[in-house]
Amino acid sequence: MAKKSLSPEARSIINSKVSRRAVLAGAGAVAGAGALAACGGSGGSSSSAENTIRWGNWPLYLDVDDSGKKYPTLEAFTKETKINVKYFEDYNDNDEFFGKVQAQLKLKKDIGYDLVCPTDWMAARWIRLGYTQKFDTANIPNRTNLLETLASPSFDPNRESSLTWQGIMGGFGWNTEKNPKGVRTLEDLFSPANKGKIVVLSEMRDTIGIILRSQGVSLATVTEDQFMNAVDYLEQKISDGWIRGVKGNEYAEDLTSGDATAVIGWSGDMFILKSENEGKFDFAIPEAGGTISGDNMVIPSTATAEAKANAEKLINYYYDPAVAAEVAAYVNYVCPVNGAQAEMEKIDPDLASSEFIFPSAKTMANLSVFRALTPAEETKWTEAFQKAAGN
Amino acid sequence: MRKIGTPYLLLIPGMGFLLIFFLLPIFNLAQTSTQTPKDGGDTGQYEQTFRLANYADAIFENREQFGRSFLYALITTILALAIAYPLAYAIAFKGGRFKNVMLVLVIAPFFVSFLLRTIAWKQILGEEGFVVPVLRSLQIISESTTLTSSPFAVVMGMTYNFLPFMTLPLYASIDRIDPRTLEASGDLYANGFTTFRKVTLPLSMPGVVAGTLLTFIPAAGDYVNAAILGSPQTKMLGNVIESRYFRIVDYPTAAALSFTLMAAILILVTIYVRKAGTEELV
Repeated sequence: MAKKSLSPEARSIINSKVSRRAVLAGAGAVAGAGALAACGGSGGSSSSAENTIRWGNWPLYLDVDDSGKKYPTLEAFTKETKINVKYFEDYNDNDEFFGKVQAQLKLKKDIGYDLVCPTDWMAARWIRLGYTQKFDTANIPNRTNLLETLASPSFDPNRESSLTWQGIMGGFGWNTEKNPKGVRTLEDLFSPANKGKIVVLSEMRDTIGIILRSQGVSLATVTEDQFMNAVDYLEQKISDGWIRGVKGNEYAEDLTSGDATAVIGWSGDMFILKSENEGKFDFAIPEAGGTISGDNMVIPSTATAEAKANAEKLINYYYDPAVAAEVAAYVNYVCPVNGAQAEMEKIDPDLASSEFIFPSAKTMANLSVFRALTPAEETKWTEAFQKAAGN
Repeated sequence: MRKIGTPYLLLIPGMGFLLIFFLLPIFNLAQTSTQTPKDGGDTGQYEQTFRLANYADAIFENREQFGRSFLYALITTILALAIAYPLAYAIAFKGGRFKNVMLVLVIAPFFVSFLLRTIAWKQILGEEGFVVPVLRSLQIISESTTLTSSPFAVVMGMTYNFLPFMTLPLYASIDRIDPRTLEASGDLYANGFTTFRKVTLPLSMPGVVAGTLLTFIPAAGDYVNAAILGSPQTKMLGNVIESRYFRIVDYPTAAALSFTLMAAILILVTIYVRKAGTEELV
């Protein structure tokens, strides 16, 4: 997913305006409460170990105060429940994190986390392998706030062991000077003005997903032939010199440096680029349809019963629309919680009307989720995609 | 007894280190390289079937990246030698009291992470850096040509990153050349070029061999420059191994490729060192 390549420093500089705006405009109440609770929240406090949970998440994926050390919503949670949360921003890469903890999960030894946030397809793998625990739904009444589009993914149809942390839209991003008419179809993307200056995502479900949708293929039922056909299309565009890179979030740097003029990218990054560059960049969901995926909160099979119950309380807390709105005001990805939009009105009306954070029903209808792959498909399809990308 | 025992005792830390951090991983790698996917297993689950054809498959499928890795490494080595030799020569013979300062300048880039330096090159060569507009206004490159995401950028990045590894051994051996041998050569009516060919170059050969090895070996396995400065068409073997290991979760192919790369480098280096005929390196 997102957020792996930009350094935390760079990211916080980019983010500072947005997050500060959110803090000043209304989250102030919570921020103040956090300041009063002299040493609550992540890390520091000396409360008993059994009341502590450990949460591994992607970097810069939770509201943080200006000092960059305190997480206002987390502190409020600790104050409310007396549960301490050790928050680690060390989930940098799905594959890498999986490689790190897989052996312990297999041996049923503590992996050091009670809550982690894998992306859909990786969450699917965790669930398939029995590395997660089913939620005690009585502890998470707010789970019913989950957006309908995300409510029944094929890897966890009833959301029994995963709930979306943030949603990620995949679509077209572009430089408005080089693409005055915008980019809404693959033909627009591959227009002569962008030749050699196109970057696509290294996340195959987004890049191939968008190509598939413009070929009229449904992502819920995509077959191997259809997938390989789309990979061939991509490979052809690469060898013809249209595409200069297949990358993670580095595409954002390429856009700002002018090396890329149009991309297949993610909504959260593009939101920041757009708001920081006064109309120089824009983002849209392709006419033929875009992708939506999510990073999911799952409880590892190795968490103790007590940690599990506490983690469930934490999940429930973040599914409270008011809390979800605060997180969304900082993170700028798609907020998965119904009712958060109304709460956002109080924090920042501009953000509340943002299609990036709260896509309208019309936009939502045009987004689809890539179906879960079998292990054999996963290996074969990833291999084909990686080869097209020159690897 | 004591006298015989001491050398062995002294060897223990080094040997222990090599055993744990070199031999065991190598053994593990060799074991992984002949595995095949488990029937009905999940992503990343493999079992040992001693399938040697893994190697043939891995080499054949990635022959393009193999060729590119060695080609880029070769060009990098030649360019680095061409740049570093005059530099080392100048520091050794003309540096005077600034010798140490100049050496520090050669090493200075190491104070910054090489990842950061490579990313900096991406910006320098980028559209909004100063190089591209200057070259464009001088009509050296066309409007549509870009410098990043090209073989040029990858080879340039590698040459830059490995230059100190070439310069230092060259300096060490050129610095040891007795200037009187050069004077003697002049006294015997050799001109500058002949002196270089018959005296300086042969005496600095240990530095040339060490420098080229220290450049070529890591360059052939490099993947950072290709990842940051390259495009899908400039991917090297290191990128393939990374993708096989982490993205596709195909451990056997990644292991087979690593082994093949190691073997290929070893063979090339052996041939090279034999041809160069240098007994003492440095």
